[in-house]
Amino acid sequence: MNNSVIVQGVSKQYGSKKQPVVALSDISLDIATGELFGLIGPDGAGKTSLFRILTTLLLADKGSATVAGYDVVKEYKAVRKIVGYMPGKFSLYQDLTVEENLHFFATIFHASVADNYHLIKDIYEQIAPFKDRRAGKLSGGMKQKLALCCALIHEPKVLFLDEPTTGVDAVSRNEFWDMLQLLKKKGITIIVSTPYMDEASRCDRVALIQNGRILQVNTPEAIISGFTQPLYAVKAPGMLSLLKQLHNTPGVLAAYPFGEYHHAVMQPGVSLPFLGKDAEVKAVTPNIEDCFIQLMQHHA
Amino acid sequence: MRTLRFLLQKEFRQIFRDPSILRIIFMMPIIQLIILPMAADYEMKNINLVVTDHDHSVYSRQLINKITASGYFKLAAVNNSYQQSLRDIEADKADLVLEIPVAFEKKLIRENTAGTFIAVNAINGTKGNLGAAYIRTIIQDYNQEIRSKLLPFSGMPPQPQIAITYANWFNPQMNYKFFMVPGILVLLLTMVGANLTAINIVREKEIGTIEQINVTPIRKHHFILGKLIPFWILGLIVMTLGFVVARVVYGISPAGSFLSIYAFAAVYLLAVLGLGLLVSTYSNTQQQAMLVSFFIMMIFVLMGGLYTSISSMPEWAQWITKLNPVSYFIDVMRMVVLKGSSMKDILPQFFTITGFAFVLNGWAVWNYRKRA
Repeated sequence: MNNSVIVQGVSKQYGSKKQPVVALSDISLDIATGELFGLIGPDGAGKTSLFRILTTLLLADKGSATVAGYDVVKEYKAVRKIVGYMPGKFSLYQDLTVEENLHFFATIFHASVADNYHLIKDIYEQIAPFKDRRAGKLSGGMKQKLALCCALIHEPKVLFLDEPTTGVDAVSRNEFWDMLQLLKKKGITIIVSTPYMDEASRCDRVALIQNGRILQVNTPEAIISGFTQPLYAVKAPGMLSLLKQLHNTPGVLAAYPFGEYHHAVMQPGVSLPFLGKDAEVKAVTPNIEDCFIQLMQHHA
Repeated sequence: MRTLRFLLQKEFRQIFRDPSILRIIFMMPIIQLIILPMAADYEMKNINLVVTDHDHSVYSRQLINKITASGYFKLAAVNNSYQQSLRDIEADKADLVLEIPVAFEKKLIRENTAGTFIAVNAINGTKGNLGAAYIRTIIQDYNQEIRSKLLPFSGMPPQPQIAITYANWFNPQMNYKFFMVPGILVLLLTMVGANLTAINIVREKEIGTIEQINVTPIRKHHFILGKLIPFWILGLIVMTLGFVVARVVYGISPAGSFLSIYAFAAVYLLAVLGLGLLVSTYSNTQQQAMLVSFFIMMIFVLMGGLYTSISSMPEWAQWITKLNPVSYFIDVMRMVVLKGSSMKDILPQFFTITGFAFVLNGWAVWNYRKRA
């Protein structure tokens, strides 16, 4: 089996018939076995809905999907046995200890912690000193590690992580992605959703999703190489007026704040005119965020 | 089986780690069983009586003495005018006004009849009704006394009379505590069963753990059993505690067998737990669950036959009580505890409650869907 997750024409609407809220419209995806796949999009793009459909928690209105060859509707029981799901909201038992949570989730999958300890060893060792502490009393980063352990303890074939890095500090985010790389080496297909575009570069392939539609699916490198226009980073004492000035400058396709700089995308062959003696201007190579911003503005 | 065992282990761990649940489970029955039956007295005492005596005769004084000596009435005032007495009712100083007309004694002796007038303050309906009934009985009694006193002089043959003596079966002293305590016990069991189950399951929804459970291959019936069994056991523990309190504080021990009570309670709890489960499947937050079960509980309690007798309700209301599991258990409790009824006597209620258990749980399971 080459493709671990196949999604074909999945649509989902919420709300009443008169005022439907479209969560997903005609989504199709192929995710290969052993891939670390990123689903990237702003809040409300439909990431969680797609995850809930793939983890058999939600029924799609239209379309079909298979996970590891099992249909998520007809063979939902089989799917539940082989997926690991870590919801966006911490949802372990806060009044059970770290160890009890782990054992509980192992047992309901008819697995044992000892058998699959090799999978979680690297992660669990970091929280092991607190194994008798109640899950509710853990810090955010540790809760997340515990949740990952609990999602892994039954040796899933496919791991769904819904916004695992939301609300986590930058260092822990980095650590978390390192952990995912390790898990990937163990042959688990990992699908991660995130609103942070900078995390896309750590995935094998990413799908950019907005308003329930997939804008692009590609490797991060290919997405970046698709960005051909010249790009400048600009900084000046008055950043707000600078942005206005950029918007009014002929030849500027797009300008947006980017960290301590503004990024200005130029028409091909056009370079940025003089902006004033205080302005610091440098040509930069685009990164994945620039590509996403461009894609989103295209489709907005 | 292994899954179920671990679910139960987890459930009990959580219950015993939550001090507020434990407090509710163990303090509630003790406090309610001690306070409620002591306070909720059915007998009306201290009815405030205001007398307007226009006669001031020996007979009128005797009548007043007899009324106040009964112990039910407190002579709040003796007024000279009916208007004054009415003002006492308005000021809520009087529950009952007895007016004895002028020449009460004379008429009674000469004409053999005399009237009195009773005015009742109906703001507190029960008090007024019972007060009026008590005072009527006392006056009739007094009437009998006068007759037997006067008869020998009248030269007429003695009139036939029906004498009434009472026997209070199953509760010889008519001790209201004997029927209140078992009834309150039923309410406690219902609250533990329905409320705690509903809130417990909804809490999993609220925190999101149910999501995590739903993606596991856990079976629906395992999950539900894992929720019901702990509260089923807790319910039986609460009942046992209740019986201990009943025995120690009120000296009530069932005339019938504990076996039939526990057998009935076991099935009853299933029905009530099913109700809790049902409420939880329709609510998404603990607040919703609380409100819904509070609403149901109010109806169950007030229409359960504990505070007002079901047979005195209008017919449509009696039909509603047939859908109220509480009324069946209160019935059974009283039958077994007071009357000593055996398993055979409570079979009809037993079957009805079994029906409730099946319908409520079936409905709940049907409505508990793993996915939206």
